[in-house]
Amino acid sequence: MTRIQTIETRDLAQSAVNGCGECQTSCQSACKTSVANQLCENSDEKDA
Amino acid sequence: MLHQYQLNGYNIVLDVFSGSVHVVDEVAYDMIALYENHTAEEIIEAMLKKYADREDVTREDLTQCLEDIAALEKAGKLFTKDTYAHMAFDFKKRVTEVKALCLHVAHTCNLNCSYCFAAQGNYHGERALMSFEVGKQALDFLVKNSGKRKNLEVDFFGGEPLMNWDVVKQLVAYGRSLEEPHNKKFRFTLTTNGVLVDDEVIEFANREMNNVVMSLDGRKEVHDHLRKNYAGQGSYDVVVPKFQKFAKLRGDKEYYIRGTYTHHNTDFTNDVLHMADLGFDRLSIEPVVCAENDPYALTKEDLPVLLEQYEILAKEMLKREKEGKGFIFYHYMIDLNHGPCIYKRISGCGSGTEYLAVTPWGELFPCHQFVGDEKYTMGNVWDGVTNTALRDEFKLCNAYARKDCETCWAKLYCSGGCAANAYHATGSITGTHAYGCELFRKRMECAIMMQVAKQTEKVE
Repeated sequence: MTRIQTIETRDLAQSAVNGCGECQTSCQSACKTSVANQLCENSDEKDA
Repeated sequence: MLHQYQLNGYNIVLDVFSGSVHVVDEVAYDMIALYENHTAEEIIEAMLKKYADREDVTREDLTQCLEDIAALEKAGKLFTKDTYAHMAFDFKKRVTEVKALCLHVAHTCNLNCSYCFAAQGNYHGERALMSFEVGKQALDFLVKNSGKRKNLEVDFFGGEPLMNWDVVKQLVAYGRSLEEPHNKKFRFTLTTNGVLVDDEVIEFANREMNNVVMSLDGRKEVHDHLRKNYAGQGSYDVVVPKFQKFAKLRGDKEYYIRGTYTHHNTDFTNDVLHMADLGFDRLSIEPVVCAENDPYALTKEDLPVLLEQYEILAKEMLKREKEGKGFIFYHYMIDLNHGPCIYKRISGCGSGTEYLAVTPWGELFPCHQFVGDEKYTMGNVWDGVTNTALRDEFKLCNAYARKDCETCWAKLYCSGGCAANAYHATGSITGTHAYGCELFRKRMECAIMMQVAKQTEKVE
């Protein structure tokens, strides 16, 4: 039986291969007070 | 580094440096915890003893589970080593490109909110409105210093930016005129208390603003307790209908209802749910930023209550989503597949380097929370960043610059946290705001749990 289920995630080591800097500035997006919830529009092509 | 935690019936294992997330049963959860410091035989014996009453826990099964763990380790999805530290210190060598400005178009406000970090809008200084000329120069400065970056961000902030609305509209038009000649794309945002919102503001903002942040603290009695006008009247009844119309007419465009919670509403989940019940579906609520002796400051005794509230909120959101009444909560909005790359996770919010605040007089500060503190003046929009030593300090302001972050599993989710919060809590931008860290870690645990729940289609 399988006791471990791996959730699909972006591989952080692989994400270092290329940073384009085009993502949104974290603090501007909503809260202004308190990086995880930023999206990368290039994650597929950048990591390929 | 691993982080293992149990929440909402899930046993979750986060492999910090690969970003991998595993959901496991209790046997594998225990085995992974023992894996690095025990032999295979020790682990098997411990499990056979602990789960002696379980027929499914056999030597053969446990051996297979150990092989699965070893395979994940070999694949770089468990017990991954930290190979990123050198990147954090390479940042100082990088050419600085500015990509975002917080334009303080109004250092004045039509509300008198007790907890305002901006001291009722004037940032402990004179009341002032930014002129078009200063704003225009700020946009020119941004374009000139943005290098090859295409996406540029400008937030109209205050104080209350709608008190300088004509200048905001002129600056948007000027920004648009710069896009094609310079191959840039402006992303304008507006943060407002809502008092001056009218049909004309809504129409313009819904056409030109990529995001609108509307300040509402939740339940009427909570909102009105601290968000009053200068006559001492609460603003809830004035702003809620305007925000409802604003949000409804925004269609698919981004907005956030953004609240602040304090010592007076540590049951803030009720405020978030109140926002949702008002018809809003993009929500955010933040802990108050203030001095420790303020009457509304969060206390040590509040902390366990707040941590539990985040869990209650996560579970309620999963329940509502299943009922077709889901909403977005900013801090739970993580995408495990398309989240930020490692460079973004290390470099953080970019304050003092790629993100700067501009005062009505054109001075530059590392971010909106440093405005008014003369020690943190960085230059101005005519001469650019002249305090390059301060900029270099901010370049290295990340998770790897903070001793407290060395053993923290969440450092690649917060990148060391907010420099301003650290400064106000410890006197150093490379300190840590321990209270905020506790809240952040809980939010990340909840956010990851929600992703696990959605991907395993198991809503408790």
